[in-house]
Amino acid sequence: MINIFKTSKSVALSIDEFFDKIDLGILNFKKGVNNYIDGNSIEFKHNLKAINVLEQDADSIQRKIENDFYLHSLMPNYASDILDLLENVDEIIDMSKDVVNQFDVETPHIPEAIKKDFIELVSFSAKSAENVLPAARIFFTSPDEVKDKIQKVLFYHREADVLSNNIKRKIFQEFDSLKLSEKIHLRYFALHIEQVSDATKNVAQQLSSLVIKIKM
Amino acid sequence: MFLFFLSSGLFLGWTLGANDASNVFGSAVGSKMIRFKQAAIIASIFVVLGAVFQGAGGSHTLGKLGSVDALGGAFTVALAAGLSVFWMTKSKLPVSTSQAVVGAIIGWNLFTGIPTDMTSLTKIVTTWISGPILGGVFAVLLFLLMQFILRKTKIHLIKLDAYIKYALLIVGAFGSYSLGANNIANVVGVFVPSAPNINLDFGFFTLNGIQLLFLAGGISIAIGIITYSKKVMMTVGNSLMKLNAETAIIVVLAHSMVLFVFSSQSLSDLFVRIGLPAIPLVPVSSSQAIVGAILGIGILKGGRNIHLKVIGKIAIGWVLTPIIAGLIAFFALFFMSNVFNLKVSENPSKFVKGDVIVKEDTKVTLDENTKLIEDFEFNNADTKTFDIYKPAIIIVLIILIVLIVYQLYVIHKLKEKNKLEEYQESIEKYDAQQVMLENELRMASESNLKLEKEIEDRDKEQKKIALSIIRKNEILSKLKASIESLKSKPEEKLKYSDLNSLKVLILENLNIENERKSFDLYIKDLNKSFYKNLEKKHPGLTENEKKLCSLLRLKLTSKEIASILNISPKSVEVNRYRLRKKMKIKKDDKLAKIIRKL
Repeated sequence: MINIFKTSKSVALSIDEFFDKIDLGILNFKKGVNNYIDGNSIEFKHNLKAINVLEQDADSIQRKIENDFYLHSLMPNYASDILDLLENVDEIIDMSKDVVNQFDVETPHIPEAIKKDFIELVSFSAKSAENVLPAARIFFTSPDEVKDKIQKVLFYHREADVLSNNIKRKIFQEFDSLKLSEKIHLRYFALHIEQVSDATKNVAQQLSSLVIKIKM
Repeated sequence: MFLFFLSSGLFLGWTLGANDASNVFGSAVGSKMIRFKQAAIIASIFVVLGAVFQGAGGSHTLGKLGSVDALGGAFTVALAAGLSVFWMTKSKLPVSTSQAVVGAIIGWNLFTGIPTDMTSLTKIVTTWISGPILGGVFAVLLFLLMQFILRKTKIHLIKLDAYIKYALLIVGAFGSYSLGANNIANVVGVFVPSAPNINLDFGFFTLNGIQLLFLAGGISIAIGIITYSKKVMMTVGNSLMKLNAETAIIVVLAHSMVLFVFSSQSLSDLFVRIGLPAIPLVPVSSSQAIVGAILGIGILKGGRNIHLKVIGKIAIGWVLTPIIAGLIAFFALFFMSNVFNLKVSENPSKFVKGDVIVKEDTKVTLDENTKLIEDFEFNNADTKTFDIYKPAIIIVLIILIVLIVYQLYVIHKLKEKNKLEEYQESIEKYDAQQVMLENELRMASESNLKLEKEIEDRDKEQKKIALSIIRKNEILSKLKASIESLKSKPEEKLKYSDLNSLKVLILENLNIENERKSFDLYIKDLNKSFYKNLEKKHPGLTENEKKLCSLLRLKLTSKEIASILNISPKSVEVNRYRLRKKMKIKKDDKLAKIIRKL
């Protein structure tokens, strides 16, 4: 019992550190895709390396938090919900890392006409993720304020959805010069980028339910 | 005998501990915020402390309601209360021990014909209603306070969890203290008039007979907590409304405050000093106080989560409990006094003159020496004081010495055991090594046997070849004889067939020569080590002499050796003689034997 204050403080710090890693991961995701689209291969490689390292760090911090929760029986009524939340937040950086890696491996050819749309799509996905993290942080100190922060997340997620559909429509209906394989390839990249915002939407929904549960 | 009669009270204490501890720690243990072991230890310690140091108030009020002055009566009343609690628990109806005891005391009053003190009864019944209401009020105020504090401080959820765990322990300790202070009257209150007049001096403090009675009652509650409350704790608390950890703290704290208020003499005196009416010191039902607190919070939250059926059951229980307990007590007293002839009541007296209790039917002059029993303190010359300080220290010292000696013995045994284990280990090691060596030895002897067999096979091979050469030499001798016979024949009598047979024999001779050569090589190769040893021991030997030695080693006769070497047997004998001389072998020693030893 004596160590419980020390442990709880350490876990709180670990959760903050975890969110910091996710934050940096999202920034590297946005920068990385933009660098790829703009043809800055050196910066892109740098972003790729950085996001891989950040994802690994986030995973190890998450495992440490999980261990502490179970070992010291922290918040026994809500432990599984909170760990689930962290798992879903981790999903954001996992997806971002996968997207950047796919760009590196598959090197899709993005036509000039559609580059701007892709950059905007990445921006919406990144903004959606960037706004969910403050909501997740504030859940632990002021659960009442979570609801306000979630609105932006849902807005950017909707925008990302709409833009992704527009990109796909353009690819298949306007770009006659592209082969079907190239169209399908580009379509998947639009989908993968959009899925990052889907992951953030899941986190936002989970936060909403958790706030109600804790208040009860 | 007193202890026998006290047993029913102790049994009641055990059931109280088993059931009511869940009111204090049930939510905390059930939600796994606190481990049962921690909760049980804290609850046991503080229940005893509360019972001993603050238990007098409630007992006083119960005593006014009905002073059960015979041990048999006290036994029966406690037993009746215990049985009614047990029966209602079995019927899954919520039951209050306090109400059961009050009902049983009233039953005793009815049986003995003593009028029930209506003032006391009114006080008690009022607290049955005011207790839960007060619990609700406290809970609401505390809830609002906590919400305010949490909103302002914005504590991290994980840190808040740690604070809540500590708060649950502290509040639980306070709740257990209040439970002991308030409810000990239910357990042993009826035995107070029959309490022994003794004092135990512990050096730092003294316990009188009544406090010792409370101590025994407190211990019985503690035993009930330790032995049976876990099952109740794990399934408690949320039948009326689901509670989270913060709400659990508030409910327990509110309940503890209610129990404390209705058992604290000093708080009551304070109220009187500031001009307010005295707080009635009455045993309050722990369960009722909890129900009141939970309802208060439930109503504050809008009343949606309250299970109304459970409230209905509780209300029925509150009404039925004293009635059932009273009836059981009445009939039990009748049974005990008429069947077992147990004394269930002394002629109760109300007065004490000087040190003497005056019987009711005796006329008494009211003067300064005459007091009412309830105001009289039994601190007279009849009280026996036992100095327990010195014996306690001696006993503790003896126990310590015994423990130390036992510990030393255990350490010594452990050392011996370790030594024995080490010794056994080393024996096993040596055994293993021995087995290994034996295996190696066996393997070495097997390989030796193998080698010996190989040598034997090679020797056989050698002999075979030697014999083949000998046989071929015989053929040569025949050839020689044939040629001699052909030579003696005149020319005209020579036939072609004779020459042909001769040719055949000669051709065979060529093969023998090749065989001899390969035999020589074979012998040299086989006897490398023999030749080495021979050279070492007898360095001056020639090649032919060495060859002779190797043939002698094969146990061949002189004739056979002669045939192999293509010399006469006589030459073999001469060479053997020369060899003996060179090797400086004595007359009695056999040459072949010595050579074989090499």
